[in-house]
Amino acid sequence: MKFSLVVYSAPYSSQSATTALHFAQQLLIQGHEIYRLFFFGDGVHNANKLAVVSQDETHIQQQWDKLITSNNIDSIVCVSSALKRGIIDLEESNRHELESVSLFDSSEIAGLGQLIDASINSDRLVNFG
Amino acid sequence: MNTTNSNTNITLLARSAPYGSDAAKLCLDISIAAAVFEQTVTYIFLDDGVYQVLNNQDSSAINSKALGKGLEALSLYGIEKLYADEDSLRERNLSLNQLLPQVELVSAEAIKIFISQSKSVMTL
Repeated sequence: MKFSLVVYSAPYSSQSATTALHFAQQLLIQGHEIYRLFFFGDGVHNANKLAVVSQDETHIQQQWDKLITSNNIDSIVCVSSALKRGIIDLEESNRHELESVSLFDSSEIAGLGQLIDASINSDRLVNFG
Repeated sequence: MNTTNSNTNITLLARSAPYGSDAAKLCLDISIAAAVFEQTVTYIFLDDGVYQVLNNQDSSAINSKALGKGLEALSLYGIEKLYADEDSLRERNLSLNQLLPQVELVSAEAIKIFISQSKSVMTL
């Protein structure tokens, strides 16, 4: 079955970001397809590559990146949520003359149209927030 | 962008109070995006979400845009009706005449049917 996941919650402050990660991992193990991950609101923090996590904790952002990269998953952070939370790709960093890039290369910045597209083209749209 | 032109039903369940978090605003943003992409939107307010459709909201004291105004403007995007769960209103001692003009009351049973007829449901 074709799934898309919408993640509204930030890692560490809410369990649901981790639940979403585990759900995504299990989907692939069980042979399902992930059409798209859509990070929205505080969920965009899951795609921040500048996080430093102590060694005895799970590095949730890195786990997402690993999952997305190794399975070539389409992963989107919502533009309006991301920019104001400092989740910035190279293009936005240059445009706004910022000093760094915080978004993992494995995710892309895009608009809410990608969420609606995911809703239309997936068999199941699962919300985590 | 590989958005298809197919028309589907999307149900939004707005369950959060209007100003304590950004959930209400995010839900409104989704409704507009869905309407722009020519989807049929069923926008249902339940639990504390019914406070989002109160008439005459004034949020100037908290430097926030009034959510009610944004919801009223949805008719411009073809979302003519908003639905409020009658049980949630009763529990909060609210009545229809305190709500935005385009709000209709719905029962839990009617909400069940809306959900079952939807391609997808998003809850915020």
